[in-house]
Amino acid sequence: MPMPAYEIERLILAAIPDAIVELTALAGDDDHWAATVTSESFRGLSRVKQHQMVNAAFGGRLGTELHALALTTRAA
Amino acid sequence: MSDINARIRNEIESSAVVLFMKGTPQAPQCGFSMQVAQILNHLGAPYKAVNVLADPELREGLKLYSNWPTFPQLYVKGELVGGCDIAREMFETGELVALFDKEGVPHA
Repeated sequence: MPMPAYEIERLILAAIPDAIVELTALAGDDDHWAATVTSESFRGLSRVKQHQMVNAAFGGRLGTELHALALTTRAA
Repeated sequence: MSDINARIRNEIESSAVVLFMKGTPQAPQCGFSMQVAQILNHLGAPYKAVNVLADPELREGLKLYSNWPTFPQLYVKGELVGGCDIAREMFETGELVALFDKEGVPHA
């Protein structure tokens, strides 16, 4: 099941308010996205912890409702 | 649930570097798993590969244990380092070799 870009951005911003979210459609089907998320709140955290913060923003919807999100995270 | 977590801890601590993957390094069943196995092979670091496709209980248990929804999962000294995206980025920046050096993992 697909998820449009505005919904992805909304969910990430609800969890990480200062995030800058850049989305790239990988297949044009709203179901395969690449996201680069930049946030000051990532500073000092391992990449795993940064990704876990973003993954958590989706609740259980990642992997079910949204099929694929290739993720890159950066501290601001 | 506690049984599976004990099994997971046992697996994670059974080697300094453990790769939970789909398939085996010789016959990977997923391109992302293959990439991480190739990185480890390229670096010449000894690692233990565990095929999660052969063990559905381990596969589901690990997702919860690690709070990480996908495979592969690369562990160094009992800590989740990441999946394919992170492993590849850390390989390209030299951070993976630096982590191996810090943790005393031999490599080429």
